[in-house]
Amino acid sequence: MDSQFITLFLNAIVAGLLLGGFYAALSVGISISFGMLDIVNIAHPAFIILGSYATFLIFTYLGLDPILAVFIVVPVFFALGLVVYNVYYHSFEKHGSEPLRGLAFFFGLLFIIEVTIVLTAGVDYRTVATSYTDTTLKLGPVDLPLRLVVPFAISMLMVLGIRWFLSKTYFGRAVSAVAQDSMALQLMGVNPVKVKSYAFAISIVTAGVGGALLIIIQSVQPSMGRDYIGLVFAICVLGGLGSVYGTLVGAFILGIAETFTATFAGPSWAPAVSFGLLLLTLAFRPSGIFGR
Amino acid sequence: MKSNFRFCIGLLTAMIALGSLPYVLQGDYFFFAAFSVLQFVVMATAWNILGGNTGYVNFGAAAFFAIGAYSTVAAFKLFKASILVCIIFGTANAALIGLAMGYLTLRLKGVFFSIATLALSVVLMTIVLNTDFLGGARGVYVIVDRTPLFGLPRYIHLLYWIMLLISGFAIIVARTIQHSGMGQGLSAIRDDEGAAECLGVPTLKLKLIATTISGGLMGLAGTVFPFLITYIDPTSTFNLSISVNSIAMPLIGGMSTWMGPVIGALLLGSIQQIATVTISSAGNLLIVGFLLVLFVILAPNGIMGWFDVWRKRRKR
Repeated sequence: MDSQFITLFLNAIVAGLLLGGFYAALSVGISISFGMLDIVNIAHPAFIILGSYATFLIFTYLGLDPILAVFIVVPVFFALGLVVYNVYYHSFEKHGSEPLRGLAFFFGLLFIIEVTIVLTAGVDYRTVATSYTDTTLKLGPVDLPLRLVVPFAISMLMVLGIRWFLSKTYFGRAVSAVAQDSMALQLMGVNPVKVKSYAFAISIVTAGVGGALLIIIQSVQPSMGRDYIGLVFAICVLGGLGSVYGTLVGAFILGIAETFTATFAGPSWAPAVSFGLLLLTLAFRPSGIFGR
Repeated sequence: MKSNFRFCIGLLTAMIALGSLPYVLQGDYFFFAAFSVLQFVVMATAWNILGGNTGYVNFGAAAFFAIGAYSTVAAFKLFKASILVCIIFGTANAALIGLAMGYLTLRLKGVFFSIATLALSVVLMTIVLNTDFLGGARGVYVIVDRTPLFGLPRYIHLLYWIMLLISGFAIIVARTIQHSGMGQGLSAIRDDEGAAECLGVPTLKLKLIATTISGGLMGLAGTVFPFLITYIDPTSTFNLSISVNSIAMPLIGGMSTWMGPVIGALLLGSIQQIATVTISSAGNLLIVGFLLVLFVILAPNGIMGWFDVWRKRRKR
């Protein structure tokens, strides 16, 4: 009885960490766009689902593994991000208009992306079957399903890569600078709009990669992105806005909280716990765990 | 005074004209569609009381709608309550949760408030999903005696009448708030909350009243829904498209007056009903998306904004 509980407990922790690692890939883009650039990209989850369908199409028609498909997804989503930012900039940011309209713009975009997917790929659940999706490694009593381990590894590579990029490279520091004082940056002779557009494009790229990882983990359906809106924002707020490590910690907390509720109270309660956690954070420590 | 009189006459004429339709027109589908449009008139008007006046964007409109709908289910299952009792019960519940939401989120500004309302809506949905009494994920049936009253030809006509009265009520509430001192206080919060506070506007109290009224009216819109549809489930009541529509309609119509949400709801609601029939339900979401993007880019102040520009030109 007792050893059974310990096995269950260990499995829940490991599964939570793996899930959390994957969540980090979904939300690191929000950490950039919302946390640093002040762009409330509600449509981010829609881009994630778009990434899933792009991966699905590449897998079906070119026969490429989802991991290799990422190499096609990245440049396409980078370009997409640049286009979206430019539309956003010229219609809203340039005039300094109220944030509500920007929000509405991204809500509209969310629906447009969703319906575009429905009209081109149908409303059915789509899935990709790779060589590793059904393999499960055993580490003592702990299960390590490869369909979670592979996305976890890629996600960690991407998130830590972004963290390195933002703190160590010249351009990355410019992004942090634009977050702090875009006027000062302009006086230094850097074009803040250009920096922001590249940074936003990077955030969309992470959504595309996150989508590729998502379809490895589970089957995907066009309107599924809606369920992730709360999740990605919850993670970013929980960890503290604009901090990549904060996002990582927030993702792990949510992943573990969800698997624990799923294991001990039933999967249908999982969202209530994570969002309850978010509500409490917002009510008592709005700046998040790692917030300034 | 004069404008009050004009408003009353206008509203009364509209109510009588729309209310007499069941005696003129045949066909259930028209009234089903009209009911949905009116339902969105209430939702948009209610959302605008908080969102338009104070600038606090509530993402959880669908949650309040669902509270109304599920309150009806609960009251009906427990006491076989009549439709009037269900309406009052649901409105009170939604208003209470609106007040609670106000308390919980008062310290939050801007997008954080929006995220909190979204989180609240997910929590409520999960609770409903896990409550067997309310049908859980399977959904629940509400079977009522569908005999029409007041000499109306069909039961759906009665529901249409009720919804018409509710929309009239919501419009009166919204207009009264706008023209009262409270409306000015709320606008002051939108323009500069800190400054309003300094000048002695009771921002906290006003915001709480606004979240309560707004939540209550959204719940009110949801209370009749189970009687119309006879079957409700969490995915259809907590649907994001309800929330987005409640935001999109005031945005498209114009958020600065009570009339904006009404115009936006009538326009967008009717277009969607037509699109659902002629194209598909996916097509109707696409229309909402495109209209939303187009309007926020091209007409920042909505349709009412155009009127203002036109009026100013005429005055010159």
